[in-house]
Amino acid sequence: MPNWVWLGMKAGCAATDWPRHGPDGQEGHRGMPVFDPGHCPPGCAACVASCPTGAITADGSIAIDYGRCIVCQRCVEACPEGALTTSDQWAFAVRDRQDLVLTQSAAANEERALSRRIASSLKGSLHIRHVDAGSCNGCESELQALSNPFYNLHRLGIFFTPSPRFADLLLVTGPVTPAMRLPLIRTWEAMPEPRMVMAAGTCAVSGAPMDQGYAAGHGLEGIVPVDVWLPGCPPNPAAFIHALLLLLERVPQKVHGGRYEP
Amino acid sequence: MNECESRILTASELRPAAEDLVRQGKRFQMAYAVWEGPTVEVRYLIAQGGKRPFLLLKVRGEGELPSLAREVPLLGWYEREMMDLAGVRFLEHPEPWPLIVHEGMSVQPPPLGPEREAESRLAGESGPPTMPEVRADQVQDLIWGPIRGDVLESGEHHYSYIGEGILHYQMRLFYKHRGLERRFHDLLPTQGVPLAERISGVGSVCHALAYCQAVEAALGLEVPPRAAMLRVILAELERLYNHFHYFGHLCKTTTLKVGEAFGTLLEERVKQVNARLTGSRFLRNCLTVGGLRRDLAGEGIGEVIRTIADEGIAYLERLNRTASHQDRLIGTGILPRQTAFDQGATGPVARASGLDRDMRRDHPYAAYELLHFMVPLHEQGDAQARTQVRMESLRGALDLIVQAAKNLKPGPVCAAPLAPADHGEGLGWTESPRGSLYYAVHIRDGRLFRVKIKSPSFSNWRVFPFTVHGSNMMDFAINEASFGLTVAGCDR
Repeated sequence: MPNWVWLGMKAGCAATDWPRHGPDGQEGHRGMPVFDPGHCPPGCAACVASCPTGAITADGSIAIDYGRCIVCQRCVEACPEGALTTSDQWAFAVRDRQDLVLTQSAAANEERALSRRIASSLKGSLHIRHVDAGSCNGCESELQALSNPFYNLHRLGIFFTPSPRFADLLLVTGPVTPAMRLPLIRTWEAMPEPRMVMAAGTCAVSGAPMDQGYAAGHGLEGIVPVDVWLPGCPPNPAAFIHALLLLLERVPQKVHGGRYEP
Repeated sequence: MNECESRILTASELRPAAEDLVRQGKRFQMAYAVWEGPTVEVRYLIAQGGKRPFLLLKVRGEGELPSLAREVPLLGWYEREMMDLAGVRFLEHPEPWPLIVHEGMSVQPPPLGPEREAESRLAGESGPPTMPEVRADQVQDLIWGPIRGDVLESGEHHYSYIGEGILHYQMRLFYKHRGLERRFHDLLPTQGVPLAERISGVGSVCHALAYCQAVEAALGLEVPPRAAMLRVILAELERLYNHFHYFGHLCKTTTLKVGEAFGTLLEERVKQVNARLTGSRFLRNCLTVGGLRRDLAGEGIGEVIRTIADEGIAYLERLNRTASHQDRLIGTGILPRQTAFDQGATGPVARASGLDRDMRRDHPYAAYELLHFMVPLHEQGDAQARTQVRMESLRGALDLIVQAAKNLKPGPVCAAPLAPADHGEGLGWTESPRGSLYYAVHIRDGRLFRVKIKSPSFSNWRVFPFTVHGSNMMDFAINEASFGLTVAGCDR
C-alpha cells in the first residue's frame, strides 16, 4: 500500500509565492479586452453590435462597462481597425463599481475610507463564507482551485468557513436567481459586524449575461452592500487572490476608471 | 431531425407505443414540448440501441397528454418540467407536484408555453418541498442547504433518518434555475454559443459543442476536418480536468488528504495547459457554428499531455492500491442495472451498472470515428465501479488527446457560412465527462425558435437518491462524490 505521507513529502512544495514572487499560473490566460481610442474609426460601432451582454455602448464615444464583460473576445474579432485588443489584464477587482466603467471622461472616485479601515484590521486572517447564488459552476471551480497545492490560499491567512457566524467576508457568485435571493440575504444577516461582501464573477457584478428572461438576476447591486467587485467569466484563481488581498489592503487596486495600471 | 426516425402518434397511441418500446429494451433519452400557436408538439427522443438511429416520437395536442411516468419512470422529471414551464398537463402523473418552479413560487404565463411573446417573471418565496412524511419512532428530519459548507453549488438535501441510517432522502434542486432555454429564443444561431458555454462552466466545451453540432445539422453545415479533430482535443481536455477534479474530491471524502492534493494539483496543471492552448482555463471562446473561431496550436499538445499522463496514471494506480480508500468505495451506494435503466442513469454512472452506452462510439461526432478508444464497462454498480469507469475513461482521454494531436492536418478551421436557412431542426449531442448531453435546436426565419437542453446531471440527479435510501450517513458524501454531479447544468 502506498505511503501517502512519504509521497507527499517527496513531491515537495508545489505552492507559488505569488504575488510576492513566483509564477501566477496564468500564462496564456486572456483577460479583458483593451480599448485604444486612437484607432477607433468614428461611426463604426461594430464592437457594440458584437457584444452579447451590452457591455459596450456608443453614445457619442465608445464606453465599456467591464462589469458586464464576459471576456468572450468577440469585440476584438469584430473591430476592423484593431482598436480593441486581447490582453493579459485580469486583475480587475475594484472597490467602487464605477471604476469598472471606461468612458472618455472618467472622473476620479471618492475613496471609501471607513470600509477600508475595517478591512485592513483583518489583514492577517480572513474567513470567507461563499454563497453560490446561481452561478454556472465556473467560479466555484476556480474558488475550489484556490485550495489546491499551487495556490494554497491558507499561506495567505485566508480560509473558507462553513458558518456565516464565523465569517468576515461574504463571497457571492452568480447573478442572484429568484430562489437564491432570500437564502443569500439571510446569510448576510447572520454574519456578525463588521462584515464585508465581494461580488465575484461578472454575473454577481452586473447579472450579465444572466440578466434577461423570466428568471433573470442582476447581481448584488441593491441586494447587499458590496465592498469589492471582481468581474471575469470566471475570474482566474490569481484574480481571486488579488481581489482578496485588495480587500485586505495588502495590494493596490489596478483598475481606475476602467483603465488598467500595471 | 438528423439521425432520427420520426413517428407521429396520437395521444391515445402514446402509452401502448411506450410500453412496446420498453419491452424491446429501448431507452428514452429526453422529452420536450414545442408550442406553435395553440398547438403543442411533445417530442420523445429514444435510443434504439447500438449504432441504430434515434427514434423520435411526436405527439400533437392542445396541452393535455397521458403521463408515461409509470411505464417509463425516467420521464417523470421531463413531464414535471413541461408542466412547470411549458403549460402542458400530464394526466395521472404519479408525482404531480412541481420540479423546477418551487412550491411557493410561480411563473405565469408559462415561459415556454403558447404565449410566446408574453413577459413572465419567476416570483414568490421558496416554500417547503412536497415529500413523503416518514412517521416512526425517533425519526429525525435534517434539511441541509441550499447553502452548504465549503465551496459548493446551491442545492438542498432532505434526510429522514434514525441514528446513522437514512430512511428517505430527497434532493431539492433548481435554486439556480436561470431560465436559460428561454434565453435562446429569437437569437441568431451564432449568438447562442457564449450562452451555451455558460450553462455549466465545467462543461463549457461539451455544451457549446452539442449546441454547435445541432445548429450545423439544422443548417447543413460541414465542419472542416481540422476543426473536427481540434474539437476532440478540446472535449478530451475537458474530460481530463473534470476527472482529475473528481478523484481529488473523492479523496477528500475518504479523508485521503495527500491524494486530494495530488488530484487537485493534476487538475490545476491541465487547466494551465488549457489556458496556454486556448486562452481560457475552461476552454471557452474557441467553438463556433461551423468549426472554431480561430486555429489552435494543437500539434504540440500530445507532448505536453504526456508529461501529465505518467504522473496521472501512477496516481490512479496508487489509489487502487490504497486499502483505506477502497474500503470506503466497495459496496457503497449500489445502483442495480434495472434501476439505472429505468431511472435514466447516464455516463460513467450507467457504465458502472452494466449499461454499455457511449455517444462517442454509438453516434460518433466531431472526429471520434477516426480514433481508437475503449468504452469501459463494469457491472457491480457501486462507488468502486463508478470510480473504475472514470479511471479508465481518464486513461482513454489521455490517449485520445495524443492520437488526435498526431492526426491533425493543416487546413481551414471554419466552414464558409451558408446563406441563412429560414427553417431547420437539428439534434446535437456529446458524451460529456458526466454522460450524454443533448441539444435540440429549432430554427424559424433564421432565428432560434426553441432550444432544448438535456444535461447529464439532470439524468443522474434523478437516479442518485435510489442509492441513498436505506444507506447510512457516513457513506453519503463518498457516494455523492462517486456520482460526480454538478448542479448548474441540471438547473439551467
